[in-house]
Amino acid sequence: MKQHDIQLDKDGKLRHFLTIEGLKKQMLLDILDTAGNFSSVGARQIKKVPLLRGKTIANLFFEASTRTRTTFELAAKRLSADVLNININTSATSKGESLLDMLRNLEAMQVDMFVVRHNSSGAAHFIAQHVAPHISVINAGDGSHAHPTQAMLDMFTIRRYKPDFSKLTVAIVGDIMHSRVARSQIHALNTLGVPEIRVIGPQTIIPKEAAHLGVHVYHDMQQGLQNVDVVIMLRLQRERMEGALLPSEHEYFHMFGLTEEKLKLAKADAIVMHPGPINRGVEIESSVADGPQSVILEQVTHGISIRMAVMSMALGRSSLTDGGQN
Amino acid sequence: MTERPESQKLDTPALLETLSSDLRDLLQTRNIENPLMIGIHTGGAWVAEELHKNLNIKQPLGTLNITFYRDDFTRIGMHPQVTPSNLPFSIDDQHIILVDDVLHTGRTIRAALNEIFDYGRPASVLLAVLVERDCRELPISADVAATRIQLKTNQHIKLARDKNNLTLSIAEAK
Repeated sequence: MKQHDIQLDKDGKLRHFLTIEGLKKQMLLDILDTAGNFSSVGARQIKKVPLLRGKTIANLFFEASTRTRTTFELAAKRLSADVLNININTSATSKGESLLDMLRNLEAMQVDMFVVRHNSSGAAHFIAQHVAPHISVINAGDGSHAHPTQAMLDMFTIRRYKPDFSKLTVAIVGDIMHSRVARSQIHALNTLGVPEIRVIGPQTIIPKEAAHLGVHVYHDMQQGLQNVDVVIMLRLQRERMEGALLPSEHEYFHMFGLTEEKLKLAKADAIVMHPGPINRGVEIESSVADGPQSVILEQVTHGISIRMAVMSMALGRSSLTDGGQN
Repeated sequence: MTERPESQKLDTPALLETLSSDLRDLLQTRNIENPLMIGIHTGGAWVAEELHKNLNIKQPLGTLNITFYRDDFTRIGMHPQVTPSNLPFSIDDQHIILVDDVLHTGRTIRAALNEIFDYGRPASVLLAVLVERDCRELPISADVAATRIQLKTNQHIKLARDKNNLTLSIAEAK
């Protein structure tokens, strides 16, 4: 399966956004730059531009989400697109034929874009393979595979504080195994040229193949946090865990929770990030989550700009190059 | 599209001079005392920088990038390297001088007006351009233009900036 091919159109422009994997550095920078332009829209009196007027975007959420779904919805609305929110109870939809039937029905309603969240890895990719040629698919999280817009909003946030990726040490702490966010972040950080990426967590929830992703693995948080520029905390995904991978939450917090004390090991100007929702007192101490180094709420705001960027790039691409408009 | 090397240059400093003085006269006629100036990216912003200096406008210069308001977005797509609009003032109830280098189809001005109104409700907007050429596609005209010219359909006007010198030239596309 060549995932990177399906994401681009014949001119090399972004058609679907399914995974960071396979995308070139310039494409990621284009997404970040475009998002930068959109961030000014949120500061205006009228937070809306007419770019996608007349386009219809369907949010297909097979899995619960608040932040991601609402920021996708806001992004689409700020671009003046019409939005359909379709919450599908996974148990009511058996995969395969009935999913395709539903897609055909939405296509018949002239939908231009599907934003897909699904608990199965590869779901967005499967849908992208089966949609009509003019339709774009954005992955809003598939199983433990990828969450590319989250990774890009994280890159956007990092870049705001630390503009030069080539000088950074970034630590990702926690449940790497079940985290589509971590996977996408690692690909994005690598592509953007971050020289040192660390993953920190207990052996049981760091995948064995982690070393192949070009990261350094630490099982001791005190060591792993030394001199890092960026600390990304992950949520413990109890709902995806089978069996006893972890000790008690109390013990986890003691070893891998981010406290003010442990944060002192990082650089003094290090930023603290978390994709949310946060479990206070499990992976992060409240005073850190709300503290001066935390950029957690800024990540949410940046999520709107990144989603506006990806949506407008995918729906605005074309091979016609007539530019003159005076 | 290739351009013929012998493109015709216009006396741009003289045109800027004319535009500045015509604009000064118009502001006086209309009793506008403390206007805001907004240049349309990129050529219009360059011209606006000159006018802003020549007219001693006190408020900072605003720039508008109409990319998000173009009517041909779905045909030409998105360019990531756009400089975002920057209007460092409130435009409510203010008199605005909108500046562009060339008025051609009128579509850019249509987009710019739409964008301006997403920032607020100005008291008035007047349009100042260096060159007003023919081939309008919308009912839009300039309040001040340093020159008005007729061109063939395959001719276009281009503004270039080298250091701080602006040069307008007419080129033919084959």
